[in-house]
Amino acid sequence: MTDAIIFDAVRTPRGKGKRDGSLHEVTPVHLLKNLFDGLQVRNQLDTSQVDDVVLGCVTPVGEQGADIARTAVLYAGWDESVAGVTQSRFCASGLESVNLAAMKIMSGQEDMVVAGGVESMSRWPMGSDGGAMVMDPRVNDAMGFAPQGVGADLIATLEGWSRADVDAFAVDSQRKAAAAKADKRFDKSLVPVRDVNGLIVLDHDETVRGDTSVEGLASLKPSFEMMGQMGFDATCQLRYPQVEAINHVHHAGNSSGIVDGAALTLIGSREKGAALGLKPRGRIRACAVTGTDPTIMLTGPGPASKKALAKAGMSASDIDLFEINEAFAAVVMRAVRDLDIDMDKVNVNGGSIAMGHPLGATGAILVATALDELERQDKETALITLCVGGGMGIATIIERTH
Amino acid sequence: MSAVENDVKQPATAVRQELDADGILTLTMDMPGRSMNVLNEELTSPFASALERIESDAAVKGVIITSGKKEFLAGADIEKVYAITDPAEAFALSTEYQAFLRRLETCGKPVVAALNGTALGGGLELALACHYRVAVNNPKAKFGLPEVKLGLLPGGGGTQRLPRLIGIQNSLPLMLEGKELSAEKAKGGGIIHALAADIDDMLKQAKEWCVANPKATAPWDAKGFRWPGGDAKHPGNVQMLAIAPSMLNQKTFGNYPAPRNILSCVVEGGLVDIDTGLKIEARYFAELVVSQVSKNMINTFWFQLNALNKGESRPQGFEKSQVKKVGILGAGMMGAGIAYVSAKVGIEVVLKDVSQEAANKGKAYSENLLTKAIQRGRSTNSQKEEILARIKATDQVEDLAGCDLIIEAVFADRDLKATVTKETEAVMDPTGVFGSNTSTLPITGLAEASVRKEQFIGIHFFSPVDKMPLVEIIVGEQSSDATLARAFDYVQQIKKTPIVVNDSRGFYTSRCFGTYVNEGVALLAEGQHPRAIEQAGLMSGMPVGPLALQDEVSLSLALHVMTQSRKDMGDAYKEPASEKTLRKMVEELGREGKKNGKGFYDYPPADDRKAKKKLWPGLAEHFPLAEQQLSVAEMRDRFLFAQANETARCVEEGVVEKTGDANIGSIFGWGFAPWAGGTLQFINATGVGSFVERARELAGKYGERFEPAAILVKMAETGQTFN
Repeated sequence: MTDAIIFDAVRTPRGKGKRDGSLHEVTPVHLLKNLFDGLQVRNQLDTSQVDDVVLGCVTPVGEQGADIARTAVLYAGWDESVAGVTQSRFCASGLESVNLAAMKIMSGQEDMVVAGGVESMSRWPMGSDGGAMVMDPRVNDAMGFAPQGVGADLIATLEGWSRADVDAFAVDSQRKAAAAKADKRFDKSLVPVRDVNGLIVLDHDETVRGDTSVEGLASLKPSFEMMGQMGFDATCQLRYPQVEAINHVHHAGNSSGIVDGAALTLIGSREKGAALGLKPRGRIRACAVTGTDPTIMLTGPGPASKKALAKAGMSASDIDLFEINEAFAAVVMRAVRDLDIDMDKVNVNGGSIAMGHPLGATGAILVATALDELERQDKETALITLCVGGGMGIATIIERTH
Repeated sequence: MSAVENDVKQPATAVRQELDADGILTLTMDMPGRSMNVLNEELTSPFASALERIESDAAVKGVIITSGKKEFLAGADIEKVYAITDPAEAFALSTEYQAFLRRLETCGKPVVAALNGTALGGGLELALACHYRVAVNNPKAKFGLPEVKLGLLPGGGGTQRLPRLIGIQNSLPLMLEGKELSAEKAKGGGIIHALAADIDDMLKQAKEWCVANPKATAPWDAKGFRWPGGDAKHPGNVQMLAIAPSMLNQKTFGNYPAPRNILSCVVEGGLVDIDTGLKIEARYFAELVVSQVSKNMINTFWFQLNALNKGESRPQGFEKSQVKKVGILGAGMMGAGIAYVSAKVGIEVVLKDVSQEAANKGKAYSENLLTKAIQRGRSTNSQKEEILARIKATDQVEDLAGCDLIIEAVFADRDLKATVTKETEAVMDPTGVFGSNTSTLPITGLAEASVRKEQFIGIHFFSPVDKMPLVEIIVGEQSSDATLARAFDYVQQIKKTPIVVNDSRGFYTSRCFGTYVNEGVALLAEGQHPRAIEQAGLMSGMPVGPLALQDEVSLSLALHVMTQSRKDMGDAYKEPASEKTLRKMVEELGREGKKNGKGFYDYPPADDRKAKKKLWPGLAEHFPLAEQQLSVAEMRDRFLFAQANETARCVEEGVVEKTGDANIGSIFGWGFAPWAGGTLQFINATGVGSFVERARELAGKYGERFEPAAILVKMAETGQTFN
């Protein structure tokens, strides 16, 4: 089997995903063009040597619709021989792109692939694409649909975590992100977003707040309490009959931020990379997806990580760094407990609570962050995992190439 | 009716046709030999020929559809629907009616529904397919799509036309809850266009509209039709749809397929044109028609309830009686409630207690209820005064003179009951009936204190009396048929449903209800999670979890009854699985139930309206969790089988004679799962043989109380069911 090598990883800064966010004015395809330009220039890439572009996008409607991967290839001026495919595995889409690219390379059917994702959540809000899970009553009913935030609150309830517990986690995420930002640890992958004139629109992650405190967060109202009481709590209780009441502990401050952003990685075979003069940075060692209860929805990272570890013949203790997407504080806390790992190895530079979670792109961003940090700390292995809509989980294990 | 002379002499037909000089054809539904019009072939076949005339006869310029009966059209022929077991047949039934209505709707000529009275179900669907609806403002007339109450959905276009008429979000509650609206409310809700003072005015308005609108189309057939409130992909609706199934399940716990299918019809139909929507509706309708739940519900809430209300259990040969003056002994919660429901229907009431103060307090209960009713616009000051004037609160036994019915509702103590029986019989109308409202003490024993044992009977009310629809009449060994007939008539007089049972400890309802609570407490003692026990109770279709219910009826009262039974029965007493736990809760832990603020739950103070009761955390210490936690499905079976099996024992012992009494009694009396159509219907639907098999399995695992009733074993052998 061919090794799947990571040669490069780039991402945009993440802009607040609202009307007053810096990237709200930028079209999603333009976000991607910035990265295609960056990737090409950084690697002096002959784009005709790229077989395919795999992009994740969770809300592929409007200007994000109609296969934005091929759209961006053509708009960015890459060679017309480069194909493009857009897929959605909900919040895992960015990492799914990386995994699919790796499988393409490992199978030998392709030699050089760009993998990443994009999401302009300010322009195409989550849920704009509908979906039978939500809007078809019998599907909704059959799967026991509840919004992810209610699932996160359910995790906290089952684990007995209080509001103070999850808030403390959030404060930590902000602190670590602020420190990493100040230390310029993200600069290696970060490609500023520029307008048509080349003027900078945004060059840093916009939502980091290092001064966040548990006291400050205490004033925020729980985001999912009302909808829980309207009916979703009852749906959770159908599957978790021992839960008398759900403790709604999550809010805007301890959940992933809604942001705009994009990310790309360049993945290929060693041979092709050598031919193109690319330097191997990492190898994708194993990857896995799995499904768990869709109602609680967010407990997939543990089982998915274990599946990937088993595939790689490794155990959690073999991993130097973990990137567990901070969809909600309780999700990471639960995954840490499931994997029985040390919190010190997890999200050392903060995560989505501080910097935001541009749905289709996040998985690829986490690969970039993990790879940069492995190199910075001179460590060997990292595991990237995310919780996924519909109850899924995804995990990827990477290691450095020397 | 101010009908214009007929142009042709017609034989007796279900649909009369009358064409007037202006070319307005009035179709009057008036099925021969029936008091109500009902949707069946006898009606649809002459309707079809009328439709052909409308389509082909140029002399017909407009159409008015009305009824020659008191009501417009009550709906489909339930007997026919009930008999269908093949979904293709149900699908055809729906599509044929839909096609007929669609032809009417698209005939190009104005069609007006002149609603002289109630239009429900298929009746309202006919009206919805007309271009204009005018109704007589008759406060008794009801309009709605109540199919859901029988586990069905409106299969004649109702799920497609109503949302297109008034919007998805306005139409859903009407169909999901089967709400019936008055003419005024239906007009306010946009279902009816105009109200009329009387039938003449209605026909006049109908005709005027026909004349003014020579070419009529339904709004949804007009070019550029827009859904009021948006179609099913409108963001506002999508947001609501995301939570709609959860909101539904909060009430139904997934036990009712009809609301789910109604939602599907509206949502899926809300993305397509009406003709496609109708096909979708017919498919979901067919699924419900052949579903076990609709068979259960139709069996019990239609056939058996109707039979019950028609007096199936009332002895024949006695003239219908009316109570004029009722004496109620004991002005506590029950007595006060009985006084209220009696006075409300015009019966003179003497409410007696040992002190004037206690009697007054009992009367104040009625006053409070009426004040609340006035606040909600359901009563008026004059009605209140009138009702209260009928209740005489007293501490004098002499005031009971002339009462033709006595209902004794004093504390459940045999000696006390005997005393009041004697003193009352001395003054009451000697031809009157003496009823004892007892929930457990056998009637035959209580009758020993009576000098007129054949006029002594049990009349068991449920609490709160003003809300609970059932009354259990208990026939003692010596109660006469005449007495039973009079008690039966009284229950109907106060607008409640009577079931008739024979004497036994706990009679029928208390005895079977007890098995549910007993099972919940037993599960707790076995180390099942208390919250999961409650949830399993709710998911089985019971209105309240067993532990909460035990708190409501009070742990100490339950213990009191057990102690009394032990004393009365001696060696024959079988200790229920819950007794030790109840004893521990009450005697060791001082937790008597809701009334002292602590039982299986902790109760917030009464003045804290926002706080909710919470399971007592101490349960974890005193009833530690077992290693093996049962599935909800297993606990659900235990609840349902315990109650159904006990009902079968009641049948076996002759306590209950009629299947309808058992089924209705179980649902109306103690809230047994309505989806199952009652305890005996649950056995029928499970299959008697399968029930016996599963009951034996449960007995092996959890105790001999699950050992199937002998009658069931016999029935399984001979292939019988309860009917």
